[in-house]
Amino acid sequence: MSEIARTRREWLLSERPASRLQARLGRAYVTWRRFSSNRLAMVGLGIIVALLVVAALADVLAPQSATIGDLKNARLLPPSSAHIFGTDDLGRDILSRIIYGSRLTLYVVALVAIIAAPVGLLVGTVAGYAGGWIDAILMRITDIFLAFPKLILALAFVAALGPGIENAVLAIAITSWPPYARIARAETLTVRNSDYIKAVQLMGASPFHIVLRHIMPLCISSLIVRVTLDMAGIILTAAGLGFVGLGAQPPLPEWGAMIASGRRFILDQWWVAAAPGGAILIVSLGFNLLGDGLRDALDPRSGGQ
Amino acid sequence: MSAAISITDLQVVYDRFHALNGVSLEVEAGESFGLVGESGSGKSTLLRAVAGLAPVSAGTISVNGQKLGPRRDKAFYRQVQMVFQDPYGSLHPRQTVDRLLQEPLAVHGIGDGETRIQRALDEVGLGSGFRFRYSHQLSGGQRQRVAIARALILEPSILLLDEPTSALDASVQAEVLNLLEEVRRARGLTFLMVSHDLAVVTHMCGRLMVMRNGETVEMLSAAELATRQASHDYTQRLLAASDGFVRHPGTFSPG
Amino acid sequence: MTPLLDVDDLRVTYPTRTGEIKAVRGVSFSLGRERLGIVGESGSGKSQTGRAIMGLTPPQAVVTARTLAFDGKDMLKMTPRERRALRGKRIAMILQDPKYSLDPVMTIGSQIVETLRAHENVARAEARDRALSMLEAVQIRDPKRVFNLHPHEVSGGMGQRAMIAMMLIAGPELMIADEPTSALDVTVQLDVLGILDRLVSTHGMGLIFISHDLRLVSSFCDRVVVMYAGKVVEQLPASELHNAEHPYTRGLLDCMPKIGADRHPLPVLARKAEWAT
Repeated sequence: MSEIARTRREWLLSERPASRLQARLGRAYVTWRRFSSNRLAMVGLGIIVALLVVAALADVLAPQSATIGDLKNARLLPPSSAHIFGTDDLGRDILSRIIYGSRLTLYVVALVAIIAAPVGLLVGTVAGYAGGWIDAILMRITDIFLAFPKLILALAFVAALGPGIENAVLAIAITSWPPYARIARAETLTVRNSDYIKAVQLMGASPFHIVLRHIMPLCISSLIVRVTLDMAGIILTAAGLGFVGLGAQPPLPEWGAMIASGRRFILDQWWVAAAPGGAILIVSLGFNLLGDGLRDALDPRSGGQ
Repeated sequence: MSAAISITDLQVVYDRFHALNGVSLEVEAGESFGLVGESGSGKSTLLRAVAGLAPVSAGTISVNGQKLGPRRDKAFYRQVQMVFQDPYGSLHPRQTVDRLLQEPLAVHGIGDGETRIQRALDEVGLGSGFRFRYSHQLSGGQRQRVAIARALILEPSILLLDEPTSALDASVQAEVLNLLEEVRRARGLTFLMVSHDLAVVTHMCGRLMVMRNGETVEMLSAAELATRQASHDYTQRLLAASDGFVRHPGTFSPG
Repeated sequence: MTPLLDVDDLRVTYPTRTGEIKAVRGVSFSLGRERLGIVGESGSGKSQTGRAIMGLTPPQAVVTARTLAFDGKDMLKMTPRERRALRGKRIAMILQDPKYSLDPVMTIGSQIVETLRAHENVARAEARDRALSMLEAVQIRDPKRVFNLHPHEVSGGMGQRAMIAMMLIAGPELMIADEPTSALDVTVQLDVLGILDRLVSTHGMGLIFISHDLRLVSSFCDRVVVMYAGKVVEQLPASELHNAEHPYTRGLLDCMPKIGADRHPLPVLARKAEWAT
């Protein structure tokens, strides 16, 4: 280890940080060290980073167009050096379609997380902190959403809103916030009677301030873990919607829709469905491993030691 | 009117359980008053009722001559602050000392946080080296000092102390008790202190009230207690218990 | 005559990723049929010492000692099976809070009966009679009623008495009590200690009383071991405590507020680095 790296490490791990920034960075560094010591979690992180890179550089990485194929000469070709994953029934290069499809996958996952997690967090913390009839109303609404199977509810929403990837995202988001609300509420109930929340009440802080500044930060880490673990499910739901034709519409290279179109040739031209299937499998696995690693690293119970 | 806290016929009922049953009390400004009793005596409930953390079903509480309603305003919390028993539970686990001390200032819209935080840390003997630590990087005694600093930063005139040292080791207890006496002298604070430890209460307080089952047993001065002039039987028992174990050879049964 | 318990150079170490944590660093003492108090502040290793003797340290802990002999037999050389047979039967332990050490879904009576039948081959009816008389011995007024109660239905003091009854039913020769009365109210505390004291004397047991409360230990025990940072700093008869030599013991005695003593500010303990070496 070089001299600079060692002093930087000491600075980060200092027991008496000298500034707000150093304290925050030090804490992040400790969390990172705990996370990075978990090899499987690092594999998961690697997969997700690779997905991000592929999506960002799709124009550079994709050897051919994702939407225009060679109908005359290149229909349903098996994997070869020219087409590593073969071609589909419209003569399009499957590798290129998967590379461009990563953008759609990320788009779905990110939008769902951005919509569903804050809604769940807000509903859960408000219900948990307020208690009484506010809690009862919010939680009964949550229960209604939880009572339907996720995919069925999403199907109903998409059928009502019309097919398309934006509506699929919306439908998945609407169906996936209730578990987050439950988690946030459970977490809120365990901290709302603690002395440190009482101490803030004794400063005269408003309930809104307490929920926003003191309770939400405590719920966020378990929510991040849960959202990450749910990512795989979200990808699968999106793929499922695509598969039944209610998600992304042709010619968008959405992985689920690709499997659906490959289904017709699955016995003779297996690669058409297998390649996007493999991609879904690997990315789902990546999110699951990442989520497990985050759970261990962010666990507030181990934060003290 | 010099009474800092005046309580008359206070009742607190939780689910039909009378935690506090008609207790009256008057604490002069600048006085240090102790509440003594065992678990279930209602001593902590009384403290929490003053702070607005327990449901008052009957009776009145006045602070600095003002009668309190069921809702406390911000001005109240600038007069009355509290230090909790468990130093491990009273500091937010995800906040630095700096953030903890910033919070009351932000809530009350007080400026010059920089100098106030620095001064508060110096006052409780922690210094700036502790300012950006998280609570898990502090010992029990240091945490309690931070809690005291947080209570003092709004410059209250009354401090409610709920067993502030019972979770600490004896040597650390002495340091924290000394600190509390020091800030009381320096700022002319009024203390209302709850403890199960008679020795701690007589050390810290001029007068005290012995409580049992939500009721007052008796009111006496620390000097009376020190010379064991307690009139009530229960107080005598508490006094005897605080001396430690006494072996009675005569009570051995022969089997 | 061999002592009941002989501890020589006991060490308890916890290996962690960043190095070893030495909880107990070479503790030696021996115990006859007497009341020995182990006093120290949090982190002094007093509870770890008690658990190591009992064989209840967590699996990652490394326990070593030159000797850790009970009744002349080295416990560290025993098989886990022999060690288990010793626990409960000949060595018993009382923990701080009865709420956590009694099984919440079993009645108090059946727990005591269970304990007895685990160690002795007795009939159910006889076990029940002995459990009832044991409950009576710990001064529970209505043993028949308490026998059929669950732990959450009794008060802390009653629970701790039931715990003592359960621990004493098999007639152990050594009792380790780790802060047995800290969770109790002061007046109840003395009742429980009185019961413990009487049973220890009548059964001729050895008792190790672990506590942070120097005042309580000195009034209850015959001999006191003072621990600091995993080591024994001083061993002396309880009656000689006011003549303690080590500055730590003296400091600890001195810094407690006393009724009738008017000392402002209280003397504080100035810790010295050499005490821990």
